[in-house]
Amino acid sequence: MLDGDKILIEGRALIACPQCDMLHFEPDIPEDHTATCIRCGQVLAAPRTNAYLRVLSLATTAVILMVGAVFFPFIELEAAGLHNTTSVIDAILAFSTGLMLPLSFAVAMLIVLIPVTRFAAIIYTVWPLVRNRKPFAGASEAFRLAEFLRPWSMAEIFIVGVSVALVKVAGLATVSFGPAFWAFAGLVVVTVLQDNSMCRYTIWKSLEQNRA
Amino acid sequence: MPVHDMEISGTEPRLSTARAQGLIACQRCGLVHPAGTEHCSRCGGPVRSRDPHSLQRVWAWLFAGIVVYIPANIYPMLRTATLLDKEESTIVGGAIELFHHGSYMVATVVFVASILIPIGKFIAIAYLALGVRKAVVMNAHQRHKLFEVVEFIGRWSMIDVFVVAILSALVQLGSVAIINPGIAAVSFALSVAFTMLSAQSLDPRLIWDADEEFK
Repeated sequence: MLDGDKILIEGRALIACPQCDMLHFEPDIPEDHTATCIRCGQVLAAPRTNAYLRVLSLATTAVILMVGAVFFPFIELEAAGLHNTTSVIDAILAFSTGLMLPLSFAVAMLIVLIPVTRFAAIIYTVWPLVRNRKPFAGASEAFRLAEFLRPWSMAEIFIVGVSVALVKVAGLATVSFGPAFWAFAGLVVVTVLQDNSMCRYTIWKSLEQNRA
Repeated sequence: MPVHDMEISGTEPRLSTARAQGLIACQRCGLVHPAGTEHCSRCGGPVRSRDPHSLQRVWAWLFAGIVVYIPANIYPMLRTATLLDKEESTIVGGAIELFHHGSYMVATVVFVASILIPIGKFIAIAYLALGVRKAVVMNAHQRHKLFEVVEFIGRWSMIDVFVVAILSALVQLGSVAIINPGIAAVSFALSVAFTMLSAQSLDPRLIWDADEEFK
């Protein structure tokens, strides 16, 4: 049976697993339960209590932390009386000489611009949903963009990279952390918390329902 | 707690895929559409049953990733200048040097992260792409796991590039020690990005298509 663009069987819409294409009835899941694909085990939906409010506050926190992480001093290095303070911008500009300039752009995108764009898109999508209002114009596009950018948002990889670099220089110099380091570390924790409380399926569904 | 509600027809639990039923599923939001639909009515993105050019793009990006991985290993990744000498180290060279200095832990981490994992990813993606067309040793469940691992690990290889960026920004201590990035950082970053694109081009549903007798 067809209802507009949807397939209905016994009045229920069908969804398919994005990983293996297995058909399932559109799940009606109580909060804090998880629906997984019967064939491949992929999580299909995992709605959480107060998820939108949590996602919204965590994404906003992440943007604020990112501002701090970029503009405050990041790490200070001291050896033989010489010292050098590094900011995230300095790390980005490390490749700015000659042929490697494009890599500076890429690093800026991966660790600052893409994460910020993604958080902004998520805030834009979720903001009206928190109060059960009509989504903003272009909310679907914004959330599609956020999903597209997800693998390219590498703030957490950067912070682990910092730890590896510190192990390498630990022998020859004294290292001290600036406020930006803690902001960036906090950002990583917040990103993980936010990704865990965000159920994509529920967001798509709410966007569709609130649009009407 | 998993919630299953799987039967699509009446009482008997008969499992089927969207494609087998002549339907098209959206990979973003899951909604199933009738054949011929081009845009998802829920999330607005393009939908298709299978991407006919998926494998072609997988091989193209994979090949590009392997090609740029070669200069990443030939040219220096780091250029270090200290009071006494100047040296340029490649990825392998850096790992060997760390090993000689007695930093076995760090040397192993560098070796695994910059050599074993990238090469392992090339092999895994090629294996998965081959497995779509031919029967291979691993079954669909194992290949799906492998695909998840490759997708998860792929981004983490970029860590090397960030380490070089941080070291170069940090170690600028005049005559004592200066570290500058080498050109290999660029090709290594490209190799990671191309390999990620290769894995993303692989439609995971293709892995399951040959496995139509649902267990």
